[in-house]
Amino acid sequence: MDTMRERFIATATELLDHDPRLAVVLADISADQFGRAATRHPGRVVNVGIREQLLIGVAGGLALAGLRPIAHTFPSFLIERPFEQIKLDLGHQDVGAVLVSSGASYDMSSMGRTHQAPGDVALLDTLDGWTIHVPGHPDEAEVLLRHASAGDGRVYLRLSGQSNPEPHAVTPGRFEVVRSGQAGTVIAVGPMLQPVLDAVRDLDVTVLYAVTVRPFDVGTLRQAVSASAGTDVVLVEPYLAGTSNREVDEALLDVPHRVLGLGVGHAELRHYGTPAEHAAAHGLDAASLRTRISGFLR
Amino acid sequence: MTITQPRQDKFADLEPLMALMTGDEKHGPAATSTLDVLWVLYDRVLNVDPADPDAPGRDRFLLSKGHGPMAYYAVLAAKGFIDPGLLPGFAGFDSPLGHHPDRVLLPGVEIGSGSLGHGLGLAVGTALGLRAQGLDRPRVFTLLGDAELDEGSNHEAIAFAGAIGLDSLHAVVIDNASATHGWSGGIATRFEREGWSVLIVDGRDHDALEAAFTAPHQGRPHAVVAVVEPKNAMPVRP
Repeated sequence: MDTMRERFIATATELLDHDPRLAVVLADISADQFGRAATRHPGRVVNVGIREQLLIGVAGGLALAGLRPIAHTFPSFLIERPFEQIKLDLGHQDVGAVLVSSGASYDMSSMGRTHQAPGDVALLDTLDGWTIHVPGHPDEAEVLLRHASAGDGRVYLRLSGQSNPEPHAVTPGRFEVVRSGQAGTVIAVGPMLQPVLDAVRDLDVTVLYAVTVRPFDVGTLRQAVSASAGTDVVLVEPYLAGTSNREVDEALLDVPHRVLGLGVGHAELRHYGTPAEHAAAHGLDAASLRTRISGFLR
Repeated sequence: MTITQPRQDKFADLEPLMALMTGDEKHGPAATSTLDVLWVLYDRVLNVDPADPDAPGRDRFLLSKGHGPMAYYAVLAAKGFIDPGLLPGFAGFDSPLGHHPDRVLLPGVEIGSGSLGHGLGLAVGTALGLRAQGLDRPRVFTLLGDAELDEGSNHEAIAFAGAIGLDSLHAVVIDNASATHGWSGGIATRFEREGWSVLIVDGRDHDALEAAFTAPHQGRPHAVVAVVEPKNAMPVRP
């Protein structure tokens, strides 16, 4: 199976052929893999070199000129390093763009903190107007990329090397009810679905699968909570723990409830090794999730 | 007895328009430093039309040096892009005229600015986007300040634009000697060594400015360093 990043490159390459509005903006990362696209569409594949402020500035300018830019690199360099450009060159100019990251929170587990960005979604959360998708499989990544490219507005597509074994038929903006139960509701985001399903196999909980986290599907959550005797909610997110707690609380303002926000730990993890080892260190492997979720539910 | 002379150039109209906008006196020098450059661009150089501010084939002017925008607003008012009646309300709660301009609030304004160092990157993207759509005639002008060039983001744009020969891109740098640590070798060399065409002119000489803005520069982006009186009587240098 190809990775989400490979699927992104192949799909974006194809989309450039069919949609003259689209342009891809790069800062060296993945540039060699866009070589064929660059040859076919030299004006619409732009590699600015290792210049992330310019990556976003160019995206903003392309949008001002009437194109739909897709800007890509690792999440730390896409969202964190040029954050003022995201705020001003995209948001303040009120233009649309698709930002696509690959690398997630700890795909690059052996590279250390500089290449890990668990805070990316929370950081974007401080700005208005962003749609944020977190697919759990390359097929889902493709659906969401096509959807984002065809639309308008500001979209962040967060790709990962971690994937669920099977794709789901995703509807952008909607949580999927994967199973129903009475003890509470667990929201699994993107690649967290499989570990969550393994963890709650013998627990009587509803599992909602989210590939879009902003806007947050308030309607489906409220329906799920009202259909369950237990109003406890557990979030399992592949980025900073607690990122979406506020979304749940605002969705359930009138419903007494408790929220457990699971995700990547706040402290820097000064260890290398594999993504699976990092997941375990953050308590996001199936066994740890089982313990934490069952310990929380009343 | 009064003798009425036909007015060839409405540059003199700008001062009374600027006088209508009070409250940003801290940036008075910044506003005055740009006045002649803005006037020459809008009066003699830019292909822009207030009746059609979104025309796809228009030249783009991006004010990157967004503080002290009174000269910019005065020029836009004189040229019919904004209603002069808005000027006295400058920076009021509901005024579309802020101490920094906003493209969402004002037709004819290409970018919102205020944080230094954003305009040139946006201009590079704009120039690339126009070229990608086969719009070869529009030029993209960006107005910067010499102190603004402190921001590293400018240099990402300068290096990249020079490397790809982005010749629809024009940078105009108002040099009023306000950069804290100055520029070793001068401002023009920062552009020259990245492959730009560069001219240095008197920022108050309208004919010289016009000639500099329109000088041929085939295959290279073009910078004009417009020198005006130093912001401080004594330049700040350690």
